[in-house]
Amino acid sequence: MSPFLRSYLTVVWFGLAAFLIAGLLLGISALVRPNKPTAEKLLTYESGVDPVGEGWSQSQIRYYVFALLFVIFDVEAVFIFPWATQLERYAVFGLVEMGVFVGVLLLGLVYAWRKGVLRWV
Amino acid sequence: MNSALIAADLAYWAQSLLRVLGGLVAVLLPAGTVVYLFLFKMMSFMQSRLGPMEAGPYGSMQLFAEVGKWLQKEDIVPANAQPEARIFKMAPLIVLASTFLLVVVVPFGPDAWFTDFEVGIFYALAVSSVSVLGILIAGWSSANKYSLLGGLRAAGQLIAYELPMVLAVIGVVIQAGTMNLQQIVVAQNAGSMFGWNGVGNPYILTQFVAFIIFMISVQAELTQTPFDMPIAESELVSGYMTEYSGFRFLIFFIGEFATAGVFAMIASVLFLGGWGVPFAWFGWTDMDSIDNWMNVAGPLILFTKMIVLVFFIMWVRFSFPRFREDQLQRFAWKILIPVSLVNIMVTAVLKVAF
Repeated sequence: MSPFLRSYLTVVWFGLAAFLIAGLLLGISALVRPNKPTAEKLLTYESGVDPVGEGWSQSQIRYYVFALLFVIFDVEAVFIFPWATQLERYAVFGLVEMGVFVGVLLLGLVYAWRKGVLRWV
Repeated sequence: MNSALIAADLAYWAQSLLRVLGGLVAVLLPAGTVVYLFLFKMMSFMQSRLGPMEAGPYGSMQLFAEVGKWLQKEDIVPANAQPEARIFKMAPLIVLASTFLLVVVVPFGPDAWFTDFEVGIFYALAVSSVSVLGILIAGWSSANKYSLLGGLRAAGQLIAYELPMVLAVIGVVIQAGTMNLQQIVVAQNAGSMFGWNGVGNPYILTQFVAFIIFMISVQAELTQTPFDMPIAESELVSGYMTEYSGFRFLIFFIGEFATAGVFAMIASVLFLGGWGVPFAWFGWTDMDSIDNWMNVAGPLILFTKMIVLVFFIMWVRFSFPRFREDQLQRFAWKILIPVSLVNIMVTAVLKVAF
């Protein structure tokens, strides 16, 4: 396996280590902790009163709009990174190109702003 | 890069085992230090009380007492969450795993690293958003209105502040001309500022705007106090953690403070010169010529810089009242993102001009 892939394999080991250490501690905990479930204890917590309706209430669309905006700008960031590392080579040409790119995106942000999407009502 | 002393003559499995053990130390030691030093002691002093004093000298063994206590607590899965019990139980582990994935890229010395990715900082920004998944899963599977609201708030907040963070880092990448964290460290310590190389070039000086934006975003990503609407205890009980009890709650807690430590390490690598001794580089020219003692001193220096940065995070946490949800989103979208875009263009113009 190439050193390149090996270093990514290290990432896998670290992910597994997290699950392993947490699993180990939870295992120890399972040996010493009590387990006496009662109906009251298993009730959904709503500040001490009996829960009303089901837990999955309807949520607002505004989270959705922000998520969409996030995707646009995140993809933008992905494009800026390789340019940022090579800026010295491309000099003024690269600068103008990225100026246009960032300008268009800023325009998008201003558009969303004017449309009132960024308002949290 | 010269091959490390240990790495040269050890089998792959032994190297990996050493790395994982090192990773455990690199996650749990900062978490423990941060919780004891800042959450127990500094917070108490700021509120004119002593904090824990009973367990060990000045309460220094309090952490072990706490873990012992949480180990004995009952692990409750509410009846409404029973159908998704497996997912409910897995969520804290995902949050903790994202911390471990993040620490992989942090360089602790010229040879003391876990992985040496060419796209290091890009990888760090990518995996830092894995914790959003754990939080959303926790919020949804709890079958609780508070948890659901907390989870959605957390998701909305984390994605809004992910952007300024990414855009702030681009300024550093432009200056260093690389995404590799080791090379960013070397570029800062061996660099010069407008031809003057007396103090190297820690990017906190030339990228101060990016540094401030980065630290604000870290504060928001960690859901520390001015940005703690997801777990706002006066409105949402404990947000996405409401239904968790016993050790699974503690895993969320450890994950939060371990991530604070790791983010502070990444911030010190990006802006404070990482493992380099401040204001001194001893005339090294490239990675191979760096003396071996840096591998011992490096982690300690990085740890010190981390403590300093976490101090500021915690200071803000204990001093400021909570934002409202609309103020939070407005701050991210209408102030931080435009400012960081301007910062990118100004940095790029200056880079090309000089």
